[in-house]
Amino acid sequence: MGIFLRELRIHGRGGQGSVTAAELIATAAFKSKIYSQAFPAFGVERRGAPVQAFVRFDDKKVRLRSQIYEPDYIIVQDSTLIGDVNVFGGMKKGGIAIINTEKEIEGVPDGVKLVKIDATSIALEILGLPIENTTLMGAFAAATGEIEIHALEESLRERFPGSLGDKNVAAAKKAYEIVKGGL
Amino acid sequence: MLQIMEGSHAVAEAVKLSRPQVVSAYPITPQTHIVERLAEIVADGELDADYICVESEFSALSSCLGASAAGSRVYSATTSQGLAFMAEVVFNVAGMRLPIVMTIANRSLGAPLSIWNDQQDSLFLRDSGWMQLYAEDAQEAMDLHFIAYKAAENHEVLLPAFVCFDGFILTHTFEPVDIPKQEEIDAYLPAFNPYQRLDAKDPISFGMYATPDYYQEFRYEINAAMTRAKKVLREAGAEFGEMFGRDYSGLVEEYRLDDADTAIVAMGSVCGTIKDAVDEMRDDGKKVGLLKLRSFRPFPYEDVRTALAGVSNVAVLEKNINIGSRMLGAVGLEVKDAVYKNGTPVYSYVGGLGGRDIRRKDVKMITEWAETGRNDCFFGLREEVL
Repeated sequence: MGIFLRELRIHGRGGQGSVTAAELIATAAFKSKIYSQAFPAFGVERRGAPVQAFVRFDDKKVRLRSQIYEPDYIIVQDSTLIGDVNVFGGMKKGGIAIINTEKEIEGVPDGVKLVKIDATSIALEILGLPIENTTLMGAFAAATGEIEIHALEESLRERFPGSLGDKNVAAAKKAYEIVKGGL
Repeated sequence: MLQIMEGSHAVAEAVKLSRPQVVSAYPITPQTHIVERLAEIVADGELDADYICVESEFSALSSCLGASAAGSRVYSATTSQGLAFMAEVVFNVAGMRLPIVMTIANRSLGAPLSIWNDQQDSLFLRDSGWMQLYAEDAQEAMDLHFIAYKAAENHEVLLPAFVCFDGFILTHTFEPVDIPKQEEIDAYLPAFNPYQRLDAKDPISFGMYATPDYYQEFRYEINAAMTRAKKVLREAGAEFGEMFGRDYSGLVEEYRLDDADTAIVAMGSVCGTIKDAVDEMRDDGKKVGLLKLRSFRPFPYEDVRTALAGVSNVAVLEKNINIGSRMLGAVGLEVKDAVYKNGTPVYSYVGGLGGRDIRRKDVKMITEWAETGRNDCFFGLREEVL
């Protein structure tokens, strides 16, 4: 097992773009010269139902295929999941939890760093829609350093051409700056 | 060039590079992304192929059969219930010696309905006369398509091939793959040169009925061709390795087996998880290794016997159930036969059915079971059924 291997688990609801977030983070990691692997928790996805997606980062090809039970990082796209879903389950000491909220969060395990960001407000302001997955990617880049912001920008522009790409990049960068400023 | 993409799209790229002239398929989870992407590729003019839309898997493989008999390189993809629905045509394609390549996005068979992964679907067509190759990752899934076409179309073989890769676990995972260039694949895989074909000017028949005076000889010939396929597959894999730097000359792959006491045998994506588990067990001083089967049909029993000659125990991790047999898994039966003369104990441990996650700790557990001589059984079973 590589000492380098690090794992991310994304918690969201069907329709929030958790799988897209995993794919784009893996793509940004790949562009940052890191081996990556992204996959969904293979379910029958319904809008609003709790969903998970996973990303692995390593300095060599990722071989492991099981789901992620002991993540280094989590992203929680909807804080109302907390309690219904054990989002912090198995988190490693020294791990980072990035949560889309402005409220107080309870139950963060000892040794896990909490990064709160009101991504929904940023997305509403910049995209005009409460679709916060790309905003949270910027927060993830700043909080963890796993992906470079320019690599994230490139990945977002590939997936969302034109002005949609501009807006998503702007939202990600705003979250990136806020989290960087708070560290 | 290394790119990151979904496993299904990597396979669609491999199919495009193989230049099939006819594609016919019916969408079914988790194969859908392959055929959707191929439909786009054909519609965008990136691949000059007839994409035949059909109302079912039975028709998909039936139209592939006709197109292949007419001399075209042909592709299809399916899984699970779709493959079961094709079954009659599956046997006919092999019987007519048509070198069709079909991707199987491995999925369990109902009932109960499950869209998730195991390897029961391809394995239930074990005796159909199709080659069966299994991929560990997206890269191998891609590469095995080129090798499959090359071996299938070889006039020493002329048998169709499944390229099996695990549904969701590989089809829906984003990971880096190295996409060959078209001119490189053209050099490796020249245009299909049919041994015989349907031609209105020189009519022949395929798949006519055979009386008891002749039928048996056809089955003999199919089996002989499958036996020859071992050498052809090894050569096709070696040539691929020389051209692309990824060696597939072995129908099996050994991982840390040299001085191993216990060998784990498996096929498909779980081999990646097993390799990581083997590294951890090796770090703990345990002499354990993996024998990965890349080809299940033809079954490379000589390679298996040689690879397992020095081990004391064999744990076969089975993503299928051989219902009603003493040996619980279809793979274990073959492995046991291969090492029979060595007298090495071989155990089938069945798990991961219907998408049950297989973790490193499961691999460590079945390794211990084999070491202590635990008989064939399920792993990861819910206790209330026991």
